[in-house]
Amino acid sequence: MNKDYIKSSVKDSAKNPLKDSIVVEHLSKKFGTITAVDDISFSVKEGEIFAFLGPNGAGKTTTIKILTTLLDQTSGKVSLNGIDTTISKDAVREGFGIVFQDPSLDEELTAFENMEFHGILYHVPKDLLKTRIEELLKFVELWDRKDHFVKTFSGGMKRRLEIARGLLHHPKVLFLDEPTTGLDPQTRNHIWTYIVQLSKTEDITVFFTTHYIEEAEKIAQRVAIIDHGKILTVETPKDIMKKTKTKNLEDAFIKLTGNNLRDEDLGTADQLKNRMRMRRR
Amino acid sequence: MGAIHMMWIRQLKRYFRSKSRIAGSLGQPLLFMLAFGFGLGPIFQKAGQGNYIEFLVPGVVAMTLLFTSIFSGIEIIWDRQFGFLKETLVAPVSRLSIMIGRTLGGATLAVMQGIFVMLLSLIIGFKIMNIGTLFLALIFMLLIALAFTALGTAIASRMQDFQGFQMIMNFLVMPLFFLSGAMFPLDGLPKAFNIILRLNPLSYGVDGLRGALTGAYYYGPALDLIVLISVAAVFTVLGSILFSKIEV
Repeated sequence: MNKDYIKSSVKDSAKNPLKDSIVVEHLSKKFGTITAVDDISFSVKEGEIFAFLGPNGAGKTTTIKILTTLLDQTSGKVSLNGIDTTISKDAVREGFGIVFQDPSLDEELTAFENMEFHGILYHVPKDLLKTRIEELLKFVELWDRKDHFVKTFSGGMKRRLEIARGLLHHPKVLFLDEPTTGLDPQTRNHIWTYIVQLSKTEDITVFFTTHYIEEAEKIAQRVAIIDHGKILTVETPKDIMKKTKTKNLEDAFIKLTGNNLRDEDLGTADQLKNRMRMRRR
Repeated sequence: MGAIHMMWIRQLKRYFRSKSRIAGSLGQPLLFMLAFGFGLGPIFQKAGQGNYIEFLVPGVVAMTLLFTSIFSGIEIIWDRQFGFLKETLVAPVSRLSIMIGRTLGGATLAVMQGIFVMLLSLIIGFKIMNIGTLFLALIFMLLIALAFTALGTAIASRMQDFQGFQMIMNFLVMPLFFLSGAMFPLDGLPKAFNIILRLNPLSYGVDGLRGALTGAYYYGPALDLIVLISVAAVFTVLGSILFSKIEV
């Protein structure tokens, strides 16, 4: 069912002017003998808000790392905005923005400097840079704090700054890896409001992961659920709920992925890498 | 080009904003100059070796360069822990330009520290004998700084966290410093010991600096330059290769 859906959506896009901005075909990633991502395929349409859900260690972060060129796949094909990630990393990198799971700001610099440095790294023309920074910092309501050091910011402010930074170079795709983890409901609500607004005004494709399933239910147009490195379903939240005969996406999620607790340190990309390193020693 | 410049500026900004770092980095060399310079000075003089401060200061300047540059290189581990490393690695610029910008930034800071220490030494009585070769001394300083910043980068590229830090301090930085002739004259040393010193690239840096500032070379300026340039080149290539292989 799931595979048919993907096939048909790939076929549709061939005829349809509405292009796919992310295409993943038979993607696998192995760390030694352990398969973190196991032959997954899906595609995300231009302008779509797409949620990528799964329990801890399911392969979410590994997949995001491959999509964002931080990790090379073992096999399969990934293309972003029509460019193969293994062929031209730099061209792919120009085309997306990312907000990582953990903060990635320079705390010793001010909010403005963090933005400015990002603009230089992404070749934003100098005359455009200042106005673009102002526009975005105003958008995330940090303009009056632009000259404050990032180390004085709260978790929510850092997240907002990272979102603004991820948008600075006009990316076509925005990756958000658990952007709201550890934030209070007010901040989370705020952040999603920005993101929904963005996908409308800037026509950006949004690809996000989260453990707050209700966020995905509310915001995502389509949801992929991954577990043990395999994709279980890619559909609209409504269809998933209908098929699993559940009232909300969280129940559907648990029905699909089971009730068992996940061993958090098993399976995540970093842990696997560390284990491989230990073995090498 | 933009990325190199940016990484360079970033190092400088971070440095000048951290007052404790500036003070801390000047404290240690000053202590060395005072404690050893005045403490061992009289014995040195009695042994017929002349003014110890004259002898010691180039060594302490080299020490400052060594410490500052290795630690600037190792700063990558901070960036890894605070996450900023990912931001630079996922950007559409080559890793090489990031690495070069970092290395130049670290080396610039180290040379500045070296100059500060040299100025401090003038207060406690150091006299630059050879004003004419001051420029050569700066070149030696820059080469030492480049070589060891690149070495720090190479090491940090292979480190996940600060757990290995103490080991680097004890088994790399300290031996490099103490076995370089920064503190004692090289003539009349046991043969095996002398060979160990000859294998240490910093020995040539110390010798070059001492020669350029006071006129007393042991290996000679040509050999010093050749060794330092080669070592700086090798470490830069090594650092670039290891940095380009970082996975986050």
